[in-house]
Amino acid sequence: MEEKKILEELNEKFPQKIRETSKLFGDVAIVIERESLFEIVAFLKNKPYECNMLLDLTCVDYKGQEPRFEIVYHLFSVPNNHRLRIKTQLSEKDLIIDSLTSLWRNANWLEREVFDMFGVHFKGHPDLRRIFMYDGFEGYPLRKDYPLRKRQPRIPLRK
Amino acid sequence: MSTRIQKEAKKENLLINMGPSHPAMHGTIRIMLELDGEKILNSEVEVGYLHRGFEKICENRTYFNLLPYTDRMNYVSPLINNLAYVMTIEKMLGVDVPERAQHIRVIMGELSRIADHLTCIAAMAMECGAFTVFLYKIKAREFIWDVIEETTGARMTTSYIRIGGVKSDLHPDYESQLKTAIKETRKVLEDVDGLLSKNKIFLNRTKDIAVVTPEEAVSFGWTGPCLRSTGVYYDVRKAHPYLVYKNLDFEIPLGERGDNFDRYYVRMKEMEQSLRIIEQSMEKIPKSSSSASLMAKGIEPAEAIKASRKKKTEERIKLSSNLEGSEKDAYKGILTDDKRYIIPPKEDTYTSIEGIINHFKFFMKGHGIRPPKGEVYFSVEGGNGELGFYIVSDGTDRPYRLHLRAPCFHIVSALEKMIHGHYVADIIPSFGSLNMIGGELDR
Repeated sequence: MEEKKILEELNEKFPQKIRETSKLFGDVAIVIERESLFEIVAFLKNKPYECNMLLDLTCVDYKGQEPRFEIVYHLFSVPNNHRLRIKTQLSEKDLIIDSLTSLWRNANWLEREVFDMFGVHFKGHPDLRRIFMYDGFEGYPLRKDYPLRKRQPRIPLRK
Repeated sequence: MSTRIQKEAKKENLLINMGPSHPAMHGTIRIMLELDGEKILNSEVEVGYLHRGFEKICENRTYFNLLPYTDRMNYVSPLINNLAYVMTIEKMLGVDVPERAQHIRVIMGELSRIADHLTCIAAMAMECGAFTVFLYKIKAREFIWDVIEETTGARMTTSYIRIGGVKSDLHPDYESQLKTAIKETRKVLEDVDGLLSKNKIFLNRTKDIAVVTPEEAVSFGWTGPCLRSTGVYYDVRKAHPYLVYKNLDFEIPLGERGDNFDRYYVRMKEMEQSLRIIEQSMEKIPKSSSSASLMAKGIEPAEAIKASRKKKTEERIKLSSNLEGSEKDAYKGILTDDKRYIIPPKEDTYTSIEGIINHFKFFMKGHGIRPPKGEVYFSVEGGNGELGFYIVSDGTDRPYRLHLRAPCFHIVSALEKMIHGHYVADIIPSFGSLNMIGGELDR
């Protein structure tokens, strides 16, 4: 099994950094320490694993739990044809994580989206701005404490 | 607040907006350009003009309720959106779908893919000045939408593919209609190929413009026809086969240079393959268990309800074929037999106590479809590429978090790089060849 091998080798290479591995509904997921995210992901991107595509990047808000936020990365290897889910947890007080813009170019927009929707900051991002919402939007819409029908204040006309 | 380009632009250069309301920007995207004459020195793409909070809405709807919202993502091929969402839920629930339903899904999905590609090329060619091509392609798309309309009851917002199967069986006369659609589409493809593929004006505007290398395409997370135009062999239907694609014979066309022309050409070739898939699926599809003549016969609903108060009625009820769950006879072929995940037939709901309990259990708040706790990612090959859903379930009847992996989002993020150093006129075919769909991009 390809995935099993990757998990074993990761555990060997980065002991203490991997918190948990699981397989649910056929998807392999790895929970890692926030500090070593860049290191592990860069390791996976290179040979022999060649997870050369950042398929998806998103965030989940587990309000009421500690740590509250979970950033989810889906990696995909085009040559080897396997998917991998990497997760890392962030607490509300310290919402900052390494940016992957130097590894994948689509990380730029994906990280902007997570910043826009959840307010997570990415260290080293070249242009961290809102992407879907406008400047002057208050709050982060996909957080669980943002009400569905919340109204926004009017913003003055731009000059 | 000033954006990146406003800070970076030099004083002597012209800073100009293209869009958001510009006919060639397909409605909802803004490109800010720093120009030296006609040459693009720097650009910035701004999206979000069609953001409707899809993911937030979905967190507040039940799994069954939010299906119509998925229609509104890629509104040119809504059936594939339905398919991606439904199959993600099915992956969590572990539902088996009857083979006939799987074939119906394949046929409908491929028809949508053709409609998607036709629209893309039609718009792209029209913006380059080839209005005839636009009319031809829209004509072919009409034939395809006729089939879709006859089967699903709607042209665009179909909500046809349901958890456990499909909403209703194929129309009794679908075969001849589908054959006409295939014939007409083939003819149009041939005509358009003759009009565009060796057309000097079209070639000048597309060849070697906005070239993307395979490495860049992968780094930008490109999937679908855009990725394949650069020569990378990746198609979800081949890499992670779903439905009955394993048993069907089709090829994945690849491009060589990754320029505008290749993106056009790969789409053209892909439509031919989709037609092939439909033809094979039409042959392999198992026979329907319902017959059309049965639909009109039976007793009136009011009489049936009256009769059911005394004893269980065995007779058929005359129901409108548009009514949800009225195709009891066809259920065996098109829906799973697990009663927890499907709407019970209306005949049972009206006339039996088990049916009415089943109905309420399905629609009541806190009941209905409740996938097990956990998270899942599933993707299908959409019109633009890998269309994936990431769903976190907390065991209730609503998703805790739902995220759509929109292929467009990744593709459009490369636009700034693609148009760099080209001329203003090159934006139009480059942008057209990407097939940006606002609903999917902004969600």
